[in-house]
Amino acid sequence: MWNSFRTDARLAITATITTFPGGGGDEQHAYVARPESADPLPGVVLVHHMPGWDEFYQEFAERLARHGYWAICPDLYCRFGHGTPDDVAAKVRAQGGVHDDSVVADCAAALAWLTAQPGCTGKVGIIGSCSGGRHAVLAASRVRGFSAVVDLWGGGVVMSEDQLSPARPVAPIDYTADLDAPLLGLFGNDDQSPSPDQVDAHEAELARHGKDFEFHRYDGAGHGFFYYHSPAYRPQQTMDGWSKVFAFFGERLR
Amino acid sequence: MCTGISRTAPVAGEAKGADGWFHVTTATVGFDHGAHGSEEHALLLDFANYGLGTHARVAVELDIESGRALLEQLRSTIEEAEATGLAG
Repeated sequence: MWNSFRTDARLAITATITTFPGGGGDEQHAYVARPESADPLPGVVLVHHMPGWDEFYQEFAERLARHGYWAICPDLYCRFGHGTPDDVAAKVRAQGGVHDDSVVADCAAALAWLTAQPGCTGKVGIIGSCSGGRHAVLAASRVRGFSAVVDLWGGGVVMSEDQLSPARPVAPIDYTADLDAPLLGLFGNDDQSPSPDQVDAHEAELARHGKDFEFHRYDGAGHGFFYYHSPAYRPQQTMDGWSKVFAFFGERLR
Repeated sequence: MCTGISRTAPVAGEAKGADGWFHVTTATVGFDHGAHGSEEHALLLDFANYGLGTHARVAVELDIESGRALLEQLRSTIEEAEATGLAG
């Protein structure tokens, strides 16, 4: 089991909110978690979801740290101001959403920040859920240097013309030829965003371009099935999903 | 955002939030993940004045059926108000 550890292991992590130079050099907040280790560590950039830079993502970063990764989760909404995550997310929504270019720039900056740390091996993955899954795929396609990408039920990878917007001008699937990292995707078969048909379309496009990827689809799960704070939570699928995330990162980043 | 559906209109009015009444300048209607609801997606209604800070917001999350009922009553009320000759 991925969540089983030796009771005599002297595991310790440090976690803190810090600032780092985000996209365009803007000073931005990020939640950083890492295990105490004398050995160099692989890194992971976490791309938070539409509901914002919230406690779920802080816990997410801490979980990755407990499993041996140096995790950084930038506040992609930092430029919109501060408040509770739902209030900030509402302000972002009122302005049409955060621009894809802004997110990609922040992910690139987080990658640069990690690889510049003396204690980082230079192997860095990227992971996100919901809109963060979409953004993770987008960043790994538009930024060189990620060694693995995990898309957790990212809606809007496949987009129709009428779904494009000023903030989301290009469907990430259109960047598939440029995808520069192996991809793990986890999806719920009851989800409508992405729907099973959209996951099929993404899978076909990845295959057409000869990309290294693995998709897993769960029956009895919809969107956001890792979210323990939501009715969407599906514990069995979540446990299996985490095991796949850790196996994938273990294989690709170590 | 997984659906990315949202529309914002400038409005003029007053809303009562946690700190009392404030002037609202924008109304946003979205359909996406709710922050507090039991459904995966919800109609998200925000009446806000972000010039006062992100907290200056009254938020309502509704299911689609409730949204339709609200829309119908809003339309009827506006028509009745206009018929009185008192509406601006």
